[in-house]
Amino acid sequence: MDLFEYQARDLFAKHDVPVLAGEVIDTPEAARAITERLGGKSVVKAQVKVGGRGKAGGVKLAATPDEAVARATDILGMDIKGHTVHKVMIAETAPEIVEEYYVSFLLDRANRTFLSIASVEGGVEIEEVAATRPEAVAKTLIDPIDGVDEAKAREIVEAAKFPAEVADKVVNVLVKLWDTFIKEDALLVEVNPLAKVASGDVLALDGKVSLDDNAEFRHPDFEALHDKAAANPLEAAAKEKNLNYVKLDGEVGIIGNGAGLVMSTLDVVAYAGENHGGVKPANFLDIGGGASAQVMANGLEIILGDPDVKSVFVNVFGGITACDEVANGIVQALKLLEDRGEKVEKPLVVRLDGNNAELGRKILTDANHPLVQRVDTMDGAADKAAELAAAK
Amino acid sequence: MAIWLNKDSKVIVQGMTGATGMKHTKLMLGDGTNVVGGVNPRKADTTVDFDGTEVPVFGTVAEAIEKTGANVSVIFVPEKFTKAAVVEAIDAEIPLAVVITEGIAVHDTASFWAHAKKKGNKTRIIGPNCPGIITPGQSNVGIIPGDITKPGRIGLVSKSGTLTYQMMYELRDIGFSTAVGIGGDPIIGTTHIDALAAFQDDPETELIVMIGEIGGDAEERAAAFIKENVTKPVVGYVAGFTAPEGKTMGHAGAIVSGSSGTAQAKKEALEAAGVKVGKTPTETAKLAREILGG
Repeated sequence: MDLFEYQARDLFAKHDVPVLAGEVIDTPEAARAITERLGGKSVVKAQVKVGGRGKAGGVKLAATPDEAVARATDILGMDIKGHTVHKVMIAETAPEIVEEYYVSFLLDRANRTFLSIASVEGGVEIEEVAATRPEAVAKTLIDPIDGVDEAKAREIVEAAKFPAEVADKVVNVLVKLWDTFIKEDALLVEVNPLAKVASGDVLALDGKVSLDDNAEFRHPDFEALHDKAAANPLEAAAKEKNLNYVKLDGEVGIIGNGAGLVMSTLDVVAYAGENHGGVKPANFLDIGGGASAQVMANGLEIILGDPDVKSVFVNVFGGITACDEVANGIVQALKLLEDRGEKVEKPLVVRLDGNNAELGRKILTDANHPLVQRVDTMDGAADKAAELAAAK
Repeated sequence: MAIWLNKDSKVIVQGMTGATGMKHTKLMLGDGTNVVGGVNPRKADTTVDFDGTEVPVFGTVAEAIEKTGANVSVIFVPEKFTKAAVVEAIDAEIPLAVVITEGIAVHDTASFWAHAKKKGNKTRIIGPNCPGIITPGQSNVGIIPGDITKPGRIGLVSKSGTLTYQMMYELRDIGFSTAVGIGGDPIIGTTHIDALAAFQDDPETELIVMIGEIGGDAEERAAAFIKENVTKPVVGYVAGFTAPEGKTMGHAGAIVSGSSGTAQAKKEALEAAGVKVGKTPTETAKLAREILGG
């Protein structure tokens, strides 16, 4: 889960990483009181999870409380690279910046450990610095058990060649930032820029934090950080039913079991679509192993409720789950939806393979539902589903 | 021959007395796996009956090893307690720990992997969030269905569970020496490279099928390894060509951010290393079949 800047700021503040004051609002008028509290001037910052908001006009200075309200009015509702601005942060204006640095902690998949990245050339995209001046980027492996104490932080500071006069302050920021990384189960904590200001202080002026959804069991506060406004309505409905669903922009609805198989199903449908007017998969939906008729019904309901869907491909490989159970699930699911008064009009192509496939196929044949077609190979079924979607 | 698991493997189950552990212990026993014990400190010194097979429960992994000579542990404990369970297995120096549990926090995995390293990597860890490992006809550790394939000449290593099953089923007539599901999490114990190296050295394996997924650069690194070290034919498949950037597709690891880690990049890297890469699972199986002339 990627956080908004204001959420990252709050987490930094919670762990004593030095930040500027700032509060988030979703109505322009609220900017007035906050700006007054900040001494009469502020920066109005669009809260979007995409880079380049400054260039897009999403960050504006306000010299008076009235101006803050006006700038918040301008920015709220703005579209920045396809992201609608629902919230703005009213932040303390930054003191004069003398130098800009970069520091982060993140996961290093290749080395199966954690990593620190630090550079005295901050304020720009770190990928850019790494590409043009790799010698200016210091990468330091961090042992997950030993962590980052003062000595380790000093090692990072030396590796990145921070100026002596800020060394102690950056060491302090790194130790606190590591605290944030560990205690919040983060996958990434990044400060860019970490600014040296005229007073000599070092401040985190902007940051990115990504948290591990799998760690939510020990962080009840994560729930409040979810961005409910951004979720697609179908994704939100699926989440409520505990379905692993992602909306895509094609026409063939997909249901399958197992993340890998479903991802592969999307690919196979896209290939098949090349021969059928370019139809594409409409979604990712993994109903998992041992899915009951109820789960199948919930999944079908979401997919049939997607106006973009023209045909549905149910692709199941019976591993531990037996295909006869899956077939019964499909038949019951359709009945459940029809009993509920839902109109099922879109054709379903079902491919069952693996454990008890013959039995499962027989159940579908016997049920003889007018909308259900059996195709017994994955590639063949994908082709049929694409053809049906293209014909609509 | 096979890799890492054979008929002599003595298996204990951490979390055997939970619902998932019970269900899969029964299935593993049905596949002929030599399950010699379970571990649960609260149920130590009891036994569990699986259709007439009495399996003893021990208080600790160390005790289970001492009393049974176990050399494999399969871990089904819930995600909150998985780290402690793996650390216990590492401390007991069990040679192989297979972590089935899904939804483990990455910090927990990073931590138990660091612990394994500090202890000199005496324990091979497979997973987490994986279907396990099967040497058909000999032993099955995890949740891979035991009856969808037979013993044979193909070695399989895969990030995905259901794609493992799909491939085992497609090539069931030729059969498998060993199939390993390594899991798709951002940090995993055993990698594609570990499995490739083991299959290269296994005289019974004639061809290796490698299944990858978007995210990370494990497939690219595996490709470099194949080029230098693997003389046996390798056939590959990569899932996730149509996955949009920045969206997680079920596996924590299967996320594409930016240009690296895409299915296309992985396919190209594998092909550059001489690996034949199929467009679909079925086509991949066909490539393997052509090479083996089966």
